[in-house]
Amino acid sequence: MSKVIVSKDKCKQCGFCVKHCPKQAISFSADFNSSGFKYAVVDDSKCIACGMCYTTCPDCVFEITE
Amino acid sequence: MAKGKKAPEKILRQVPFCPGCGHGIIVRLVMECIEELGYNDNVLIGKPVGCASLLDNNLAVDTFTGAHGRNGASMTTIKRLKPDMLVVSYQGDGDCYNIGFSETMNAAYRNEKFTVIAVNNGNFGMTGGQMAWTSMPGQKTSTSVNGRNVELSGMPIRVPEMIAHSFDTAYVARGALFTPAEINKTKSYIKKAMQAQIDGVGHSLVEVLSPCPTNWGLTPLASMERIVNELVPYFPLGEIKNKGGK
Ligand SMILES: Cc1ncc(C[n+]2csc(CCOP(=O)(O)OP(=O)(O)O)c2C)c(N)n1
Ligand code: SF4
Ligand code: SF4
Ligand code: SF4
Ligand SMILES: [Mg+2]
Repeated sequence: MSKVIVSKDKCKQCGFCVKHCPKQAISFSADFNSSGFKYAVVDDSKCIACGMCYTTCPDCVFEITE
Repeated sequence: MAKGKKAPEKILRQVPFCPGCGHGIIVRLVMECIEELGYNDNVLIGKPVGCASLLDNNLAVDTFTGAHGRNGASMTTIKRLKPDMLVVSYQGDGDCYNIGFSETMNAAYRNEKFTVIAVNNGNFGMTGGQMAWTSMPGQKTSTSVNGRNVELSGMPIRVPEMIAHSFDTAYVARGALFTPAEINKTKSYIKKAMQAQIDGVGHSLVEVLSPCPTNWGLTPLASMERIVNELVPYFPLGEIKNKGGK
């Protein structure tokens, strides 16, 4: 299982998680979610499950699984 | 390292705010604290008139929306009738300060044992960003198009300091959201404020400096920068008063 579950349709592309991820593991998608935003995508190989993305996200997009 | 992190189950669906709005983070922190303090149903959130009133049907807890600004009075009634209930009054700055100043101050003056979360985003957000008591000198808003003129309107208000220094309340703090560390500190203030209520120490209030990217005309990240550079020097962060609990 990936370290972070991303509810992509909740993302509003604010950029807080991208800025505060200490491993630069988050980028934005090329396509759009159901609300018309490019959504956060996590590179599991870079992620250390630190939870910074969960903490900074205003829209409860992230669940950290470990 | 985080050991699993999941948004509280009582947040039922996506919060209704603009991209990068601080309300989303603050509401989550409030719900996390309620969950961690073990309050499953004996809890009530007072909703304001303002963007947070959009929270209808998002939260699986009892809520009460008072008349604009009047939750100081409404929450007094509810807390007095239900002293075991955790009562949290979630209000915008326009609601809590400009419009509800009398109710807000009188509740603190009487040391009513409920908790206020005051969201300082420097304007009346919901109605299109009008100038508020918390707008900064020179700040352009829809009712100060050339920038706030403090010669005419006075300097921004610091209600937490007024309450902390004037009344015998339990807990007052101001937090922000511009880094994970600040968010975690703000959460600890909110939790201590709720604990002061639970322990019966008295009234508690936490103000949070919160971005309103839509009305500030800034991106979410630039809004956080503005908070660091322009707001924090005038609205200092930290605990202003902590009488301690049991
Ligand atoms: C008695 C009354 N006056 C004015 C309004 C219009 N009104 C609705 S929301 C709002 C602004 C709320 O601003 P604030 O409390 O700062 O909340 P924000 O939206 O910024 O979070 C105003 C003035 C109203 N609904 N009722
Ligand atoms: S858990 Fe930490 S490392 Fe992984 S994506 Fe989120 S912020 Fe980045
Ligand atoms: S913080 Fe949340 S809403 Fe903002 S870009 Fe990241 S996932 Fe999307
Ligand atoms: S108008 Fe401002 S306070 Fe209201 S939801 Fe949008 S960003 Fe948040
Ligand atoms: Mg406001």
